[in-house]
Amino acid sequence: MATAVMTTLDPKSRSAARGMSDLSIRNLFIIPTIVFLIVFNIFPLLYSLGYSFTDFRASSPAAANFVGLQNYRELLNDPFIWSNFAITAKYVIVSVVGQVIVGFGVALLLNRDIPLKGLLTTLLLLPMMLSMAVVGLFWKLLYDPSFGIINYTLGLGSFEWLSNPDMALYAVAITDIWMWSPFVMLLSLAGLSAVPKHLYEAAAIDRAGSFYTFFRITLPLVAPILMIAIIFRTMEAFKTFDLAYILTSQPTTEVISIRLYKMAFQEWQTGRSCALAYIVLIMILAITNIYVKYLNKVKER
Amino acid sequence: MAHIQLKNISKTFGNHTALTGLNLDIADGEFFVLLGETGAGKTTTLRMIAGLEKPDEGQILIDGADVADWGAAERDVALVLQQYSLYPRYTVRENLEFPLKPKIRRIEPDEIKTRVDRVAKTLRIEHLLDRKTDRLSGGEMQRVSIGRAIVRKPRVFLMDEPLSALDAKLREALRTELKNIQMNLGQTFLFVTHDQIEAMSMGDKVGVLNHGRIVQTGTPYEIYNNPRDTYVASFVGSPPMNLIDGKLVNGRAVMAPLNFELPFAGGARTSGETDGRPLVFGIRPEDLYLESGAPVEARVHDVENHGVEKILTLRVGDTMLRATVPARTDVEIEQPVRFAWDPDKVVLFDKGTGVSLRHAG
Repeated sequence: MATAVMTTLDPKSRSAARGMSDLSIRNLFIIPTIVFLIVFNIFPLLYSLGYSFTDFRASSPAAANFVGLQNYRELLNDPFIWSNFAITAKYVIVSVVGQVIVGFGVALLLNRDIPLKGLLTTLLLLPMMLSMAVVGLFWKLLYDPSFGIINYTLGLGSFEWLSNPDMALYAVAITDIWMWSPFVMLLSLAGLSAVPKHLYEAAAIDRAGSFYTFFRITLPLVAPILMIAIIFRTMEAFKTFDLAYILTSQPTTEVISIRLYKMAFQEWQTGRSCALAYIVLIMILAITNIYVKYLNKVKER
Repeated sequence: MAHIQLKNISKTFGNHTALTGLNLDIADGEFFVLLGETGAGKTTTLRMIAGLEKPDEGQILIDGADVADWGAAERDVALVLQQYSLYPRYTVRENLEFPLKPKIRRIEPDEIKTRVDRVAKTLRIEHLLDRKTDRLSGGEMQRVSIGRAIVRKPRVFLMDEPLSALDAKLREALRTELKNIQMNLGQTFLFVTHDQIEAMSMGDKVGVLNHGRIVQTGTPYEIYNNPRDTYVASFVGSPPMNLIDGKLVNGRAVMAPLNFELPFAGGARTSGETDGRPLVFGIRPEDLYLESGAPVEARVHDVENHGVEKILTLRVGDTMLRATVPARTDVEIEQPVRFAWDPDKVVLFDKGTGVSLRHAG
């Protein structure tokens, strides 16, 4: 099949002169990528699957012993792990809901003829392009109880955002919302501008109010692309590490990937952490699958 | 039910002038057709009445009330667009229900159901009610979009070339259907089209629009038989009216460059002042006839057989004239024939302004 798709190389081209065939050019482009993927993704993935059934510790020279499903059994019975998952779930819900509300809201505001629309959109996209570590560091300064600009502007005195155990997770989520709302906005904007204008005109003629028009026309048409944004953001939020790790070290903000990091590189329980990583992977796959099912349903309607 | 008046409407889009000093009066319960070429400003006129566009100048009155500050919803008009504008992802029934559903309308579910069913029956789309709109053919979609307009009982129906995207057979069928619907509802219809056959066959009144101006308003009969100027004469009718340059000399039409003469019976208007003045003679193809003893000789340039009739293109010198003759007329290309016209049917236009002498002054 692959050969049928390929066109023949122009015999006068430079590549042909160097004695290269169609096939060799294809391999030249594809093989490095495949090698890279195998070495850095597939191989570690499979290797860690092997480790997850052992009591291997990377810090000790002792040989790994096969322990079967013991790691999985212990992890799934560990109430602390479950509390990490609960924290993660709370974080995912708060931050994704927040991003959808803010991102879609801003997209609705931008989806009209306003001056400097292009410039405005570009500026709004900036947070998304920053590095996570940088965002974490400067939000730490913004949140600072004694000189942070957030408390100063909101007149909150010395309110402790990050060292207050009840607030810290929300503070991380707010930072994440700030950083990733533009992503939801960008996709929503694409969806919104694809809604034909004559539908809005028809709705106006049909004497539909703005709420009715929004819920009956705009939302159903934007739903599929909004759903894609939600899938991406949920996956990302689920494996959040850098922001939470940089901003705070409260036990209430110990999301699952921080726990995983600690288990693997502070406690050196390599085998066990591999098992945990697999549990997280399966969970993300499961959630994504539910979303994709739902997305297909939305698309079919 | 509504009486629509447009007074001195002007509209420009950037550098492009869409409408200039447009006046229009559409009586209550009238089927008014706005006829014009693409870009003549038909759609703009419609959108302004609907409230989707604001005029730069002038007034729009619905039942005597100035609607300048009214939104589309308050004007209570229905608009059927060329691109159907059905709401995607909904079934036909949901589309028909759409205008009735908003909470503020407070229409009982039973009432909604009866209305939708009645409209579906009128338009013969009952079997499609549960189908998604993207599984419909063009004709079905257009019926649904007309249905969505009817179901609401608006004051005015505005239709923007609703039939032009359909194939010929369907167009004919829907033409009759629409006309019947309008007669049954007794509502005001404003129908926009570039197709003069639609205009002539459906309209109680026709307004011919050219470059943002109304050139002539009248019944299809008036427009056809007594066009106000050469533009209307050549735009309305298929094949169009023959327009020949010439002069009147002693009550006879003399075609200047061709040197042929025909009798003329224009009546009172052909006084001494028109004698010798450069004119354009307009004659409908069906008012030209072939006869062995007729005054002018021509050659048959082309024959179009339309079944019930033949359309001949006659060549006199290098002027082409169209004549509609009965299908049984036996002619061949390049055959010499003699023709005459019906002197009562000739329309005179001023050569300079193009305005019909019957309308001028």
